[in-house]
Amino acid sequence: MKYKTPYPELLSTAIIWAIAASVTGALLWLLSDVFWHGMSQVNWEFLTQSPSNAGREGGIAPIIVSTALIVGVCLVVSIPLGVGTAVLIAEFAANKSILGRLVRLSLDVLAGVPSIVFGLFGNAFFCKTLGMGFSILSGGLTLACMVLPILIRSTQEGFRAVPDDYRRSAAALGVSRIATLWELLLPAAMPGVAVGLLLGLGRAIAETAALIFTSGYVDRMPESLWDSGRSLSVHIYDLAMNVSGGEANAYASALVLVSFLVLINSAISWLAQRFRQSKILVV
Amino acid sequence: MAIASGAIVLLILLFLIWETLPILQIIGLARFFNDPAWHPTSEEFNLVPMLWGTLFVTVGSILIATPIGILSAVFCHYYAPKAIANLYRRAIELLAGIPSVVYGFWGLVVLVPIIGRIHPPGPSLLTGILILTLMILPTITLVADASLASVPSEYLRGCASCGLGRWATVRGVVFPAAKSGLITGVILATGRAIGETMAVLMVCGNVVQTPKDIFEPVRTLTANIALEMAYAVGNHRAALFVTGLVLMVMIIALVIAAELLNKGHIYEQ
Amino acid sequence: MTKQITTNTGNPPSIQTDQLSLFYARKSAFKDVTLSIKSGSITALIGPSGCGKTSFLTCLNRLTELTPNCQISGRILLGDQNLQTLNVISLRRRVGMLFQKPNPFPLSIIRNIEFPLREHGVRNREEIDHIIEVALQDVGLWDEVKDRLKTPALSLSGGQQQRLCLARAIALKPDVLLMDEPCSALDPLSSEVVEDLITKLRLKYTVIVVTHNLAQAKRIADHVAVFWFQDGAGKLIESGSVAQIFESPQHTLTAAYVTGRTG
Ligand SMILES: Nc1ncnc2c1ncn2[C@@H]1O[C@H](COP(=O)(O)OP(=O)(O)OP(=O)(O)O)[C@@H](O)[C@H]1O
Ligand SMILES: [Mg+2]
Repeated sequence: MKYKTPYPELLSTAIIWAIAASVTGALLWLLSDVFWHGMSQVNWEFLTQSPSNAGREGGIAPIIVSTALIVGVCLVVSIPLGVGTAVLIAEFAANKSILGRLVRLSLDVLAGVPSIVFGLFGNAFFCKTLGMGFSILSGGLTLACMVLPILIRSTQEGFRAVPDDYRRSAAALGVSRIATLWELLLPAAMPGVAVGLLLGLGRAIAETAALIFTSGYVDRMPESLWDSGRSLSVHIYDLAMNVSGGEANAYASALVLVSFLVLINSAISWLAQRFRQSKILVV
Repeated sequence: MAIASGAIVLLILLFLIWETLPILQIIGLARFFNDPAWHPTSEEFNLVPMLWGTLFVTVGSILIATPIGILSAVFCHYYAPKAIANLYRRAIELLAGIPSVVYGFWGLVVLVPIIGRIHPPGPSLLTGILILTLMILPTITLVADASLASVPSEYLRGCASCGLGRWATVRGVVFPAAKSGLITGVILATGRAIGETMAVLMVCGNVVQTPKDIFEPVRTLTANIALEMAYAVGNHRAALFVTGLVLMVMIIALVIAAELLNKGHIYEQ
Repeated sequence: MTKQITTNTGNPPSIQTDQLSLFYARKSAFKDVTLSIKSGSITALIGPSGCGKTSFLTCLNRLTELTPNCQISGRILLGDQNLQTLNVISLRRRVGMLFQKPNPFPLSIIRNIEFPLREHGVRNREEIDHIIEVALQDVGLWDEVKDRLKTPALSLSGGQQQRLCLARAIALKPDVLLMDEPCSALDPLSSEVVEDLITKLRLKYTVIVVTHNLAQAKRIADHVAVFWFQDGAGKLIESGSVAQIFESPQHTLTAAYVTGRTG
């Protein structure tokens, strides 16, 4: 008796492979499109010159600087705040308590808040109420609120990789809680913090909507954190939507942005992989 | 500091309400749904077309991305050889890492002309759905991937010992076993789709209207804010904050739904 | 009430392994097992823990293919066909298996049996209901669950789950049944039900049972194969009829094991 593979099995196999192929195809299409069109524009001059003629010509030097400043402000503020919160939640707040649950719930909400709403908030709070105006500072602080939940979460992941045994044996040895934290937990949680940092960095660099009306549009070289500065993503948006003939430089800027993100992304997978391995060794 | 995150959520809500309170007191919430049109400069504030826009774009992209995303995860676990599965995972992660403004830009210069050739004008509900599908796909896939990984291997051995094929195993046992994780992924993706701004803004055409077919341009709630915030003052500005408040309410509802469904934290994979 | 027995074609195959070895990555689980199992007989595999009994069973329905890096060498004949060349799905339908740890699907009790049946082309509602009832009666579970067939299988007790898995396996009417310590999770009464069932399967099924319960092996088996861990791998040290193994074992290790002096 010859066995015949049932029809649904064959069909599903075909469909699933087709889906995987088309998703990969779409990704390659997008990446290669950005790469080929961008490649012909990106060169040393492009990276070091100022934009001219509304960005149609010239480069993106001030924009890169603004982006770096915005992201820098964001990370400098959010890292201590995020790691600190994670420590407190993990070590000092009982997980089952109502407070712990509320904190988690609000983290979930915070992680889901649309970036445009962060933009509204940043505009109302940082620009208006605190009087920072359209500035790199406003933008960076808005982004800090955005990446905070990411940082908290992956730091927590890192803590979870530390077996309770460590804590118990440290306590048994009479080591104080703070010392345990400093000497044992933080080093062990470092990979988690690093992953969180990279994730936050990726999110911050990619962000557009929250920046349009917090850090603004100005494409000059910023002189201080109180100046308005245009981020790379806002630059792409502006060239694509508001500047006819800006397509070529938009492609080039997109290539620069995507390259940054691919780099960050690769670093994350690499770290996460090492993280996973060390987890297996520890547990 | 443990309250920092909670404080930020409260602060956001507070500021949204603070900014919207004057207009809500003067004209009331109802007018945002009953006014004849959206002409904020002449005091007409109908948000309904934008609500439809957000709803259609979200539902459309979820409908397409859910099967593709879940089957992508199934592909990684049960169909692909190990090396290909790992490559495919990397591809999905890359897809997740591409910024929305790049999706929007690519949609604008590549997809919009193609759709325009099939059925003018080009910037449309359909383009928005397609781009958004690509953007939320990684969320669904990665969450599904994690929940498939936690399906106990005894189930798989049980299936194999009954002579069940891959698809029968996946459909009959893996999906029921991983159901809550799969749904969580879809809820997460819904949140992303509702909140997505740049890509939708760049490819949807942004005409304030309730679309009659998928080739008509639409404007979403998020695009509405991004487009007009730059020059809005007074009541107009407040109306945009109302738009943001509506978005925020949607997200909170989703998170609570997920919490009830899952009894756990959902943004954790 | 007369007990019905789920019946198959009634023409079970013999099984013959030839120099069969199995490796997990580079680690050998058992080596050079040459064993012949008569059609319609009940064979008990006995031996201390870790000597490769479970691994041996999984070769016979090619479940080894689910374990990455698991390799086998040697030859297995099912009837007169080479087992490696058969279609794996139809092979596994012919060769049912019951695991050491009960593994019902996370579905309702009735769906646990119905779902594999449907996948194998049984679509008629009445036929399905009939098969399910007979199978559940065979394993002595019908009276316990007939009023709650729609409840989750995972809410059953461990012993009930194991019998459900057995019902699931025999509902598919296999020719060969592999059982890995089927009674280790059962109380004495349900063990007896299962033992009874196994003896009723004689002649209609070729049955291979792994057991640590020597009395049980004596009661139910026709043949016994003794595995032992030697020189870094499991080995088949002796096989023969029940009488032979328990009354006049050839190997000193067997003799010691069956009289309870070691192992
Ligand atoms: N998936 C696996 N990967 C690696 N090694 C395995 C795997 N399964 C079993 N082994 C090893 O193979 C050897 C034989 O295992 P097996 O489960 O076949 O023993 P057994 O005779 O069934 O023992 P028990 O009576 O305790 O069930 C053991 O040393 C075990 O550690
Ligand atoms: Mg075993």
